[in-house]
Amino acid sequence: MLIGGRAGDGISSAGQVVAQLLGQHGYRIHMYLDYPSRIKGGHNFTVVRGAGEQVGAIREKVDFILALNQETVDLHRSKLGDSGVVVYDKGSVRNTDGIGVDIKEILNALDAPQVMGNSAIIGAFAKVAGMDWDTVERVFRKAIPRGVSRNLEVARLAYDSAEERIRVARLDRPTLPVFTGNEAIGIGLIEGGLEAYFGYPMSPTSNILHFLVGQQEDARIRVFQPESEIAVVLMALGCAYAGTRAAVGTSGGGFCLMTEAISLAGIAELPLPIILGQRSGPSTGLATYTAQGDLHFALNSGHGEFPRLVVAAGDAEEARSWTTVCMDLAWKYQVPAILLSDKIICEGMYSLDPWNAGDNRAEPILAEDEHPYLRYAFAESGISPLLFPPAKGEVIRVNSHVHDTDGITTEDPDLTEGMAKKRWRKMALLKDEIEGMNPVHVLGDSDSSTALLCWGSGKWICHEIGKRLDLRVIQPVVLQPFPEVGFASAMDGVTRFYGVETNETGQLCRLVKEFGYRPEDMVLKYDGRPFLVEELEARLREVVL
Amino acid sequence: MEDELYSHAEVAWCPGCGNFGIRSALRGAILDLDREGVPMENVVIVTGIGQHGKMFDVMNINGFYGLHGRTIPIAAGIRLTNPELKVICIAGDGDCYAEGLEHLIFGAKRNLDITVLVHDNRVYGLTTGQFTPTSPYHYKGRSTPTGTTEFPFNPLELMLTSGATFIGRGYSRNREQLQALIRESVLHPGFSFVDILQICVTYNDLTDYYNARVYDWKEDDVRDFDAGCRKAKEWDYNSDAPIGLGVMFRREFPTFEDKNPVPAALKSEERKALVAKIMNERG
Repeated sequence: MLIGGRAGDGISSAGQVVAQLLGQHGYRIHMYLDYPSRIKGGHNFTVVRGAGEQVGAIREKVDFILALNQETVDLHRSKLGDSGVVVYDKGSVRNTDGIGVDIKEILNALDAPQVMGNSAIIGAFAKVAGMDWDTVERVFRKAIPRGVSRNLEVARLAYDSAEERIRVARLDRPTLPVFTGNEAIGIGLIEGGLEAYFGYPMSPTSNILHFLVGQQEDARIRVFQPESEIAVVLMALGCAYAGTRAAVGTSGGGFCLMTEAISLAGIAELPLPIILGQRSGPSTGLATYTAQGDLHFALNSGHGEFPRLVVAAGDAEEARSWTTVCMDLAWKYQVPAILLSDKIICEGMYSLDPWNAGDNRAEPILAEDEHPYLRYAFAESGISPLLFPPAKGEVIRVNSHVHDTDGITTEDPDLTEGMAKKRWRKMALLKDEIEGMNPVHVLGDSDSSTALLCWGSGKWICHEIGKRLDLRVIQPVVLQPFPEVGFASAMDGVTRFYGVETNETGQLCRLVKEFGYRPEDMVLKYDGRPFLVEELEARLREVVL
Repeated sequence: MEDELYSHAEVAWCPGCGNFGIRSALRGAILDLDREGVPMENVVIVTGIGQHGKMFDVMNINGFYGLHGRTIPIAAGIRLTNPELKVICIAGDGDCYAEGLEHLIFGAKRNLDITVLVHDNRVYGLTTGQFTPTSPYHYKGRSTPTGTTEFPFNPLELMLTSGATFIGRGYSRNREQLQALIRESVLHPGFSFVDILQICVTYNDLTDYYNARVYDWKEDDVRDFDAGCRKAKEWDYNSDAPIGLGVMFRREFPTFEDKNPVPAALKSEERKALVAKIMNERG
């Protein structure tokens, strides 16, 4: 269903409530949020899709349109399916069939503020969709922390004023909670032992900052908004030096500012978990829309060469579990670990299995009683054990220059190469560890010799279409170190494959070419919007079949 | 010379460099503090990139050799982890007043409990002789052969208006005074800033100029903001005027760390219970 109104009408929260309502009926949920970069006014809409199996994309056609203004009907009427229903605000929408709700009258009757109009439209929708009131009340109570009783009164009046049209069947399967990717990332950070989070506001990851602030007391974390992304990342590195598990979150522009410090983390061997929520670029681009344009930027961010981990989550569940992995492996290997997400995952919603958390935890390697302590000791693994100040009788130095084992600057050629080799030994170990973590997912029709290659938010839409068109779907989750073994096994029996990405040049295709895999062709989209199911299917039918 | 505070690293400054005086004062201050109950293993120096940064190598003390202009956010992270650590940022005038100036202002704004020592030689040494934000007007450097067209700014005035709670000025040739100033600035609870006039013998040797003008500030009005303003403005880093040294201004004010204490660590069971609660609240 599609819910539309102006910015400030609470479209995003209405979408979240409808997502939970459907979740409570046993559906697996995906919600897409579309809004311009402004606080008030402009057209906002959200599309919530429920299905029997997890989905990660919306369709062109919708069954319900919930219209808080005329624009919503005008812009989206053509998307309504044959038996679809428009639930609309009588006061502001004209020339439409469907179920009208007199929002103004309801709000006036209850002396409720205008912002509660979205509760009215949800209440009416619930009746139209044949949902029982108890479920509506339960979802409202969980979703609205403040002023829930007034919202419920508004919703109830609207519920009673409407009539049932299309009953949304209750599925006979366990219900799952629905989370935004940003919330899932926040949960993954907490599960990864987060102690401090630093972020400078930037779409689409600002909500990680907001979510974690909300958990601050219970999670015993500290959340800070410093003066710039440069300060953000360096504060996190100061924490890492002193032994605090910190993480940072940003998007492309902020990530640009962080790159000098990422290179610093590389040579100084400091753990640095980074959440990179991609949005449309270059530069400010479309600030509130999506793209997968920063893969190679993440892979190559920072000057010089150093080991790192780059992971791309495909939905909220993967965002949660792989965020924890990034935290753990950043600390175990003392490297930058970048979790790539995008606007679709960050601000979109997905069903999430609460019990599907990573419990395969990696621990940092800590020093035990060596004297003198050498921060960059030549360990066979390449991982020099950690020690944090203060330590009596020891000097703990980290250095952005090439350094000796004690951290003191050197220009010695043998030490220069020796330290580089030490760092790359870590990468070899990290690669082995990653290969054991199911780093490349096979979805769709896993027996097919024709495959779609996708990453991140392309996961579920490719799976859905792959199932229908008998195509194998290959989704690498880890992109650096590249899981060559896992990828080869996923590609076993594939004779041709096609890249599906929301960027201009096919960045994952470019990456796999390095390992000898050449796509037949690519289906790309770069208008800031995600692929719609019908759209991608039609394009694939043209290119692949 | 290697001793408990000087490392085995080769000293790579020019003979006569003001950094020798600063190093000696820093060493003396750390030893004084150690005797007074601040153990030297609790001291961490954070250095930027420039000739000043080599202090990291020649001192035998915990350290983070970071990026050009970025000592202060690194120091913030260290302090947020462990407020027992005394963090001394060793920065340069290019390193701290040009690149990274925002961090200096925000450190002062937050009253972060750290010490910032700026080796202000008023020229880029490491990159061999370009002008900095405190170079005098018309300084002829390698990138400005006919003289700069911009006036220097006054770091003391800037720090006073930004909220620094301890402001002082030292001189690399007044070692004893500088040692006392460093000791006091480290002990001050809050953002301590010391601009150190440092001699650069190669590119900007102002020894005679400074020697003829420096005098010690009277410190009886050190808590008076207006007196601080007058002292800060007396010399604008450009015109000819007496140059005051010592503590210029200080006041007590709650620190950033006071307002953001380190919470007790979350136990594994507590973490699991919290995540279960988040899930339940949703579904």
